[in-house]
Amino acid sequence: MNVLRFSKLLFGSATVFFLIAPLIAILPLAFTDSVFLNYPIPGYSTRWFEELFTASVWQRSIVNSLIIGCGTTLLATILGTVGALGLRDRQLSPVLTTIKTIFLLPMVVPAVVLGVGMQLMFARYGLTNTYLGVIIAHTVVAVPFVVVNVLAVLQGIDRRLEQAAASLGATPVTVLKQVTLPLALPGIVSGAIFAFATSLDEVVLTLFVAGPNQRTLARQMFSTIRENISPAIAAAAFVFILGTILIAIVLKFSRGAKQANI
Amino acid sequence: MNPPRRSKQVISLVLVAPLLLFLVFFFAFPLVTMMRSAVSDPVAARALPTTARAVSSWDRVSPPTDEMKAAFVADLRQIGDDQLFGDLVRRLNSAKSGFRTLMSKTRTAASETDGNIDLIALDKRWADPSYWQAVSVAASSTFTDRNLLAAVDLQRDASSAITALPADASANKVIMLRTFVMALTVTVVCVLIGLPFAMIAASVDGWKRQLLLGAVLLPLWTSLLVRTAAWFILLQDRGLINSVLMQLGVTSGPVPLIFNRIGVIIAMTHILLPFMVLPIFSVLIGIPKNLMPAAASLGAHPVRAFLYVLLPLALRGVVSGSLLVFMSALGYYITPALIGGARDQMISSVIAYYATGAANWGMAGALGLVLLAATMILYAIYLRLSSEREVRP
Repeated sequence: MNVLRFSKLLFGSATVFFLIAPLIAILPLAFTDSVFLNYPIPGYSTRWFEELFTASVWQRSIVNSLIIGCGTTLLATILGTVGALGLRDRQLSPVLTTIKTIFLLPMVVPAVVLGVGMQLMFARYGLTNTYLGVIIAHTVVAVPFVVVNVLAVLQGIDRRLEQAAASLGATPVTVLKQVTLPLALPGIVSGAIFAFATSLDEVVLTLFVAGPNQRTLARQMFSTIRENISPAIAAAAFVFILGTILIAIVLKFSRGAKQANI
Repeated sequence: MNPPRRSKQVISLVLVAPLLLFLVFFFAFPLVTMMRSAVSDPVAARALPTTARAVSSWDRVSPPTDEMKAAFVADLRQIGDDQLFGDLVRRLNSAKSGFRTLMSKTRTAASETDGNIDLIALDKRWADPSYWQAVSVAASSTFTDRNLLAAVDLQRDASSAITALPADASANKVIMLRTFVMALTVTVVCVLIGLPFAMIAASVDGWKRQLLLGAVLLPLWTSLLVRTAAWFILLQDRGLINSVLMQLGVTSGPVPLIFNRIGVIIAMTHILLPFMVLPIFSVLIGIPKNLMPAAASLGAHPVRAFLYVLLPLALRGVVSGSLLVFMSALGYYITPALIGGARDQMISSVIAYYATGAANWGMAGALGLVLLAATMILYAIYLRLSSEREVRP
């Protein structure tokens, strides 16, 4: 039995190491003062962070990522939340079940396939090489995350609360504004965060739809790795990982708040 | 259906309408556009309208008639747009090589005089019916199955029968086989690591379980690009993994880990492992805890109890996880593009090459259709399995 226990411990730690170590191992490289991404690190400096936030290509791409990320978050959260409100019943009719499947489909379709189609179609309507085009493309792949998150919270809401509000004379709009949406807020917030994160990380659709003026941070990282790798990548990765941890904390917090409410 | 339920249904439909319209227009429509580009072939029909009529009565075997030749020259004179002419040449040349020189020669001759031109005297290739077959096929229809056939290394020969492409002409089957093998390898490695890991995570509780699940969720939430960048940095010849191996004396020189198959498999396994662990874990925690002790109390050896009790129950999670991993791996683009070498590119890279590199939308669309169909079939199976699970309890 001890052998089993020991092998469980060994296998478990080895897998945790495999999953986590690569992410941790590149963090110190962001602070190297050399132009190479090698260990041992010769000396420490913040030069690559300075490069990241001052070099015009990087700066531009960060600004673009924020513009496109905010646009996507806004559009995806509105469309996704309204759509999820229509799908909240536990017993969906066949039509609505089909619609729910369609809403989740963009998560599954290979990005390159969607990218080719979007480039062809967007070119016809003058949407390629525009911010609007990139925001629309990102919204298509971000919206399923909003639907899933909002739906999960909506289905946990006790419908008697809304019925109580309605029986006390609240109009459907008031019920929605005063009862349903506040209760659904944690799900909307997590959905919005997922939408933003999806947009921030999107490369393939951006490659097909965006022009040089809409180059996002992820797109810039992709071409930097491909063409001339520099420690600025490690600095960008550092920012991303830090952001991930912050997002995880916010999500944990909003879930905690949700549990406290009920 | 009573009135309140119907009005509820109407409200639901009104609420889902905006997103549905958005997705129809910006998700379904692009996919349809891509599929159409795979089968549409309007260039020759648009550029050669009179020729199209003239060849309709031709049997495609006998020598070209004078009427066809005259119509062809007349059409060539009509083409003022260089873009259209370029597209036409590219279209014809893709059906039969040699059209590039032949067409520019013929166009120059046609523009120099207004009278009749003896095409066969100009170039004896015009006496060869196979060139006219190519013109005839291209001009007589605005749709083609050429790209779809070429996507699976097939073509139509002179008599319109479907035959295999010559071995040197296309490598799509090789790419598809490679994509399949790589996706399968990643899936198998993910099962080998993910199944025991999920079992361990389900067997412990408290902070240990939190730690194990956190280790799966953190990479899942981290940017795909960051994870790929991390592996790109670590796998290099002078990267951390090779330095450690050399320090330990395992190897004297760097082991090639990047720009080859090993690197892509390692990175893709790391990226897709959470999609294997989570479905298996969620199945395992639903299994009553006392099953294994029960098996043991009846005298089953732990290995036997595992094989006959736990594994069959966990299999559903393994199938779901495998489908998810395999389906995602099939369409992978970024990781193979950055970490793989030229011989590790999967079908997505080839589609991207046809679309952005070669501007061959027909082939990009046809290969995209193959990938889309494969993914959708796998997803349908996955949905079926997971809905069965929901119904069960």
